[in-house]
Amino acid sequence: MRSPSRLFHSVALMAPALVMVGLLFVYPLVYSLAFAFRNEQTGGWDLGNFAKAFSLYSGDIALTAGVTVLSTVLVGVFAIAVAGYITLGENPRAVSLLRWIYRWPLFIPFVVAAQLMRTFLAKNGMLNNALMSLGVVDPMHAISLLDWRGVVITFVWKQLPFAALLISGAMASMDRSMIESARGLGAGRFRILLEIVVPQVRSSIFVALILSFVTMLSALSVPMMIIAGSSTMITVDMAWRVNSYGDYGVANALGFVSFAMSGVAAWFYLRQGIREGGKPS
Amino acid sequence: MTSMKLPSFRAPDWVGGVLRGLLIGLLAVAIFGPLLNMLIWTVTEAWYFPAKLPVRWGFAYWSKVFKPEAGAMVALWTSLVIAVLTVFLSLAVAIPAGYALSKRDLPMRSLFLLFFLLPQAFPTVAVHMNIARIFYELGLTGTITGVMLVHAIQGLVFAVWIASASFAAVGTEQVEAARNLGASPLRAFMTVSLPLAAPGLMASAIFVFLISLDEFSGTFFVGVPEVRTLPLTMLNAAIEGNYQIASITALLLLVPSVLFMLFVERFLKADVLSGVGK
Repeated sequence: MRSPSRLFHSVALMAPALVMVGLLFVYPLVYSLAFAFRNEQTGGWDLGNFAKAFSLYSGDIALTAGVTVLSTVLVGVFAIAVAGYITLGENPRAVSLLRWIYRWPLFIPFVVAAQLMRTFLAKNGMLNNALMSLGVVDPMHAISLLDWRGVVITFVWKQLPFAALLISGAMASMDRSMIESARGLGAGRFRILLEIVVPQVRSSIFVALILSFVTMLSALSVPMMIIAGSSTMITVDMAWRVNSYGDYGVANALGFVSFAMSGVAAWFYLRQGIREGGKPS
Repeated sequence: MTSMKLPSFRAPDWVGGVLRGLLIGLLAVAIFGPLLNMLIWTVTEAWYFPAKLPVRWGFAYWSKVFKPEAGAMVALWTSLVIAVLTVFLSLAVAIPAGYALSKRDLPMRSLFLLFFLLPQAFPTVAVHMNIARIFYELGLTGTITGVMLVHAIQGLVFAVWIASASFAAVGTEQVEAARNLGASPLRAFMTVSLPLAAPGLMASAIFVFLISLDEFSGTFFVGVPEVRTLPLTMLNAAIEGNYQIASITALLLLVPSVLFMLFVERFLKADVLSGVGK
């Protein structure tokens, strides 16, 4: 078969799916980006929405950036530790136990994870009860973690298995001869993990962390359910602007900010890709 | 990296064993603690601070959840209808697309694969609220169709990628044999490729089903006020401070997800799994 007609056939087969993504995702995305600059009062285009968004929500924007970056870093550290032990662990029983434990939150929906943490981290939740029983905290000083800390804990709990699954998959498929020779030279496992294994699976770590970063940036239910106070994440602010004021301008300006944050993450990823592509391996 | 010197010392073996047990135990507590707490709440009738455990246990709230006026059963039914419709729509568009993408020599193949990834690569809340705005003018907000379309777009990348990997794992020999025996391309597809790829397609159907069942922000913007799925009902119960109702609904949402996690490897064979996104 000649290539042009092949391409035509294939595009015809993909057409419904392509049209669906185009109409239901690309179009609203462009719409959102454009209407961030729309002044609904004058009908013109300016930066008014951004000025208003920053004056009202600069604290929340900073909180969103801080929470997602911190959660991503923690997910990265814990996922490398879990995947590293699964790859390098010497006790087969401990490895299979860990493999069985860490995957549980993988398919638990965000909204359910938020509900679990809402009861677990509350002042009368199981965490405080357990710490009180152990005598670590006394009942007078029990604190509720239902603020930005609760969001970080929920994000890490929920995203760790996803990142660990991707990273341990990459570690499992790498060449083990370097690990064995380093072991033969007497290197400790911690050192092998940091100096040999992690550099080789760097691109998988980046993919896992960037997908986690974007997922956490999009989560609406988690901050909605976990954060009780007034400063929250911008997804909740967007929903509030739209549902309470019908103010799509400021909501889209906040949306633009969230796209920009994920754009920064994508830029890091592409730069990493170029660096690795340019290096002979 | 190599210039970094890490302390290398050898602790006695039992120290490592104890440390390992402690860390794994801590992880188990961190993962299962919140789940256990939810399970306790589902069978709690009264629990006052600072009691460490419920003061009265029982299933009283279960009958409350399943009463018609609680709305949970309607929400469960709505969620299931939307999820089934979403699966049919997603597979109807993903099977032909996945088949086309399973051919490795397709020009610009990786570009097409990336295009389908777009809905997962951007924060979705801003997109969802604009879909709601567009749907409002089309009369699609507050309808099952509208919510189904939003769910389908969220699940499409997985449906397409898994379908593509499943068809790629089938290989070409059997299809060519059927063609040599005089079967038309469509007949060869229907009688050879499709049945052989069925387990992978089944996995993608379950995946899309779960995504739809759990979807929150799209339903939040597009479904209001008529369409109330289980996650929205749960959020309301939680915000009203009704921990029991929220925990029981959470459990209803949790069961299919956990079952899928335990059985996913039956449906998704390793050769298909390793080809996803490739």
